[in-house]
Formats: sequence, C-alpha cells, structure tokens
Amino acid sequence: MSDGDASWLEQRLEGWQRIERELPALEDKKPVAMETLQRLTRVYPELARDISLARREAPNSRTTAYMELVYRRLHRVIYSPPKGTLRDLQILLRQEVPQIAHGLRWQIFSIGVGFVLALFAGWWLVDTFPEMASLFASRGMIAGLEQGELWTDGLLNVMPSSVLSLEILTNNIAVALTAMSLGVLYGLGTIYIIGLNGLMIGGIFAVTAQYDMAGRLFDFVIAHGMVELSVIVLAGAIGFSLGEALARPGDLSRRQAFKGAAERGTKLMLVCVIFLFGAGIIEGYVSPDAYYNRGLRIAVGFAYWLVFLWCITGWDPQRRSRYDAVREA
Amino acid sequence: MEHAGTAERNIQPVTERFEIDTATGVGMRLNVAGPGARSYAFVVDWHIRILLVLAWFALGSLLLLGGISLPEEGDTQRGLYTFAILLPTGVIYFLYHPILEILMGGTTPGKRLAGVRIVTLEGESPSVLAHIIRNVLRLIDSLPTAYAIGLVATVATRNSVRIGDLAAGTVLIYEANADAGDVSSVPVKPAAIKRYGLARAELAQDLLDRWDALQDTERNALATRLIPALDESIKPATDAAALKNQLSDLMSAPGDRR
Repeated sequence: MSDGDASWLEQRLEGWQRIERELPALEDKKPVAMETLQRLTRVYPELARDISLARREAPNSRTTAYMELVYRRLHRVIYSPPKGTLRDLQILLRQEVPQIAHGLRWQIFSIGVGFVLALFAGWWLVDTFPEMASLFASRGMIAGLEQGELWTDGLLNVMPSSVLSLEILTNNIAVALTAMSLGVLYGLGTIYIIGLNGLMIGGIFAVTAQYDMAGRLFDFVIAHGMVELSVIVLAGAIGFSLGEALARPGDLSRRQAFKGAAERGTKLMLVCVIFLFGAGIIEGYVSPDAYYNRGLRIAVGFAYWLVFLWCITGWDPQRRSRYDAVREA
Repeated sequence: MEHAGTAERNIQPVTERFEIDTATGVGMRLNVAGPGARSYAFVVDWHIRILLVLAWFALGSLLLLGGISLPEEGDTQRGLYTFAILLPTGVIYFLYHPILEILMGGTTPGKRLAGVRIVTLEGESPSVLAHIIRNVLRLIDSLPTAYAIGLVATVATRNSVRIGDLAAGTVLIYEANADAGDVSSVPVKPAAIKRYGLARAELAQDLLDRWDALQDTERNALATRLIPALDESIKPATDAAALKNQLSDLMSAPGDRR
C-alpha cells in the first residue's frame, strides 16, 4: 500500500476503534442507547467496504486482521438471535410441538408398534422358556418373588420418595436422550434401545406372572408408566427421524436434513423431558405407596397421560389442517 | 462457501478457513478451530468441572454432614445429601457446557483460553436451541469412550465439527486470526499509518512488539535500517535500549513524542 492509499485508512480507523470500544457492552447484552444501535447498523456496510479495500491493498497486514475481527464481532452482534420470550414458549407449546409430533406420526407409529412387538416377544420368551427368567430378573428379585414379595414393595423403606423421584427421573431422562441420540447411527441405535426396553418390560411382566404377581407390578407401573413409556416411544421416533434424515435426506443435503430433524426433535424432546419430571414425581410418591388403590393409580396415570397427549397433539384437528394448508401453500 | 488454506507466513498453525456471504456482499472469513484447539478447550473445561464438583462435594459434605462420607441406605440424612450435594454436583458436571455456552455467548473458560468460539455456519451467535442440541448429542460424540466418535468426526468432517455441531449447524472458530498475533485492538496507531504508510508502520510496530523475543544482532540491524526509513532526520543510536526508545518515539502520536 502506498503512502497516499493509507490516508483513508487513517481516517477510517478512528471509527473502527470507536466501534471496538462499543462492542463489549453489546456483546454482554448491556443496555445501549438506541442511537448507538442505529448508527452501528448504518455503518455495518461501510465497514464491509473498508474491509474489501483493506483486503485488496494490504491482504496480509495485522491492521486488516484487526478489521476482520471487529467486522466479525459486529456481524455477530447484529445477527444475534432475539431473546426468548414467553410468547416463544407459547408458540412452541401451542403450535410447534403439535406440528412436529404430527410430522413424526409415522415414525411414532412404527416405533410404537416395534415397542409393543418387543414387549410381546419378551413375554413369549419367558413364558415359553421359563429358565430364561434369569435374563430379565436378578436372583434377588426372583428370590423375593418366591416369597411373595415384589422388589418394589419396600422401596420407600430404602429411600424417601423425594430421593427416589430424583433418581428415577434422572435415569428416565438419560434413557430418553440416549434413545434419541443413538438415532444418529442411521436409526439402528434407537431400534436397539426401544427393542431392548420392550423386551425387558415384557420379560419382567412374564416373570412376575409366573408367581401370580403381574397384577401387583401393573399397579406399581400404571400411574407413571403410561407417560414414561410414551416418552420413550416418542424419543425413539425422534431418534428414528434423525437416522432417516441421514439415510434418506430427500431434496436436502444430508447436513441440512440432519440439522432440521435435530431441531424439530429437540423441541419435542424438551417438552417430553418436562413430562418425565412429572412421571418421576409420581413414581416416587404414588407408585410405591400402598395407600393408593388400583383405581386411583389408573386415574392418575390416565389423567396425566391425557395431559401429555393434549400437549403433544394440540388436540385440535382443525389447527392441524391449517398447518397442512399453510405447508401446501 | 469457499475454502482456502492459509499460507501467509512460514510459521503458523494449520487452519482451515471458510468464507461466508453476507448481506453487504463482502464475505466474512472464519478460521475453523481443529481437533487440537477443541481438545485443548475441552481438557481445560473438564478440569474446571471436576474441580468445581469436588469442591462442592467436599464443602457440602463438611458443612452439612460434618465429614466427607456417604450416608448409608435408610440414613435420615440421605435426602439432604441427595438434594444438597449430589444434585448440584450433577448439575455442575452435566450442565456446565450448555449453561456457560449460552451465558458466555458461545464460549466457556476453556474455549476462551484456546481462543475459540461457537458460531453458526452463517457466522452468527447460535440460538439457545442450537446450544442445547449440540450438548445433547455429546452423548453420541463421547462414545464409546474419551470422545472417540467426536474426535474422529472432527478429523473427518469439512469444518472439523463433531456430530453435535452437525446437528446444531454450528462450528468452532478462532476468535482472531491465529497467524496475525494479537489484533484485539488496533495494532498500529492511525497517526503512524498516516506518517509512514501502513507497511512501514506495521513493520516498526511488529519489531517493537517482538523486541525482547528477537535475537539482538538481527533486531538491532533491522532497527538501524528502519529508523532512517521512517524519519531521515534521525540518526540511529548504537545501543539496543536507545534504538528501542527511538523507534517507540517514532511510533507515538505527535503530541506524545519526546
């Protein structure tokens, strides 16, 4: 760059330094005068012009590198996503989640059917080959069953409900997130997790049935299990959609399809995780407590499941048809 | 998006660069952080996490239970232990990355130390959802152990991203150009550019910045040649300290000059 060329840069650098001083407050999202924001938005294209000149005239200079850095920082500030508001949460719950669940209906159906089939397979295995019971229940559990005790009977003697809830919901969240994440392996990881869970539940029910205690296990499971298992199926469906996006991206690139599936799936998963908190509390406080009879447990489980279903589906067929109309348009 | 290797100096970290189209028509250049910078940031963050967890565990146990011990089954203090000690340690360990990345605009202490930041493929700040996605998928990246899948992904993918980044549409970039030194503030005073031109002003400033790191003979020889080129009226001094003072004086604003 010749000496004559440097004069514009010398004049412009004062402005760059001013922006550099203003950037930290903007990056930390501190209150800034409207006039400053308007000015920065106005000068953004001017900075781009300076960068363009500097790249041409001094491509390897430190001053150009400095300008690139300030330009990147300002770009990030101007294009930072807006703060989440209560309205965004409402849109998520009332519009996006039902829409996403509707879009995943075939995956949910397929994974649900797979889960039920695995459940029956687990039952059939133990029922046909009773010696396989040890695959599904530990020796201690079987010894308890032989004495007429279910392993869930004394849970509250071992730990308080609050601790039990916390441990259970942590475990459930981990299982759901794993079922979702393993979908990255072209859906195979998800199928494995869902199949294994179905097989285990079917098998364990068959083991208790051998000792005429399946009804007691049903009593323990029903209050929290309807939502818990529904969430596992949903997590599986999300995982399956991730795998599908990689295997069959359609008109999009694999990267775009995967990103889209992950965004949609995570939104749905966030709601599911909230419901797992509720299921964990029910499992800690209602399920192991002998005070609640079967009718009450079924009522709690069914009512909670209806709330879950209402939240996931939106329970408004007209709204869904509106989504379809918008999508078609 | 255009890719180009950087080859501006002989000694520099190997970085991949990509350019983003912006609304102004002037592309924004980003230097992608590779597996090395990522691992460095992760190791620092992991140690911070572990230290925080251990500190909370030890302090909480001492204050609440009177000693570092685990309550046995049926112990009345088990609830207190779970909620006051175990739960916070779990929260610190598992939510360290997502919470700090959201609060610190795509960085963590480890990332700051490594000079890297998470941005979207458009060079923008990621949304909260994107941060959540990339952290949920750590479950996959950390498989089967020691982030093996994540590491392989960063080596194999175009922008050195792990699977969580692919899903979230994010990329880790160097905050500054690694080969340009510290450019967090303007490297040369505008007045010096006006007086000497950009190339000479930058050379003089670079020499000053690296004065102590350079070998005496070469450094003094360069300064002796540079000073008259900047100002013909100044005769270069003979000792190193005086040469440095002359150079500093020339680079100062006119009002500051001795």
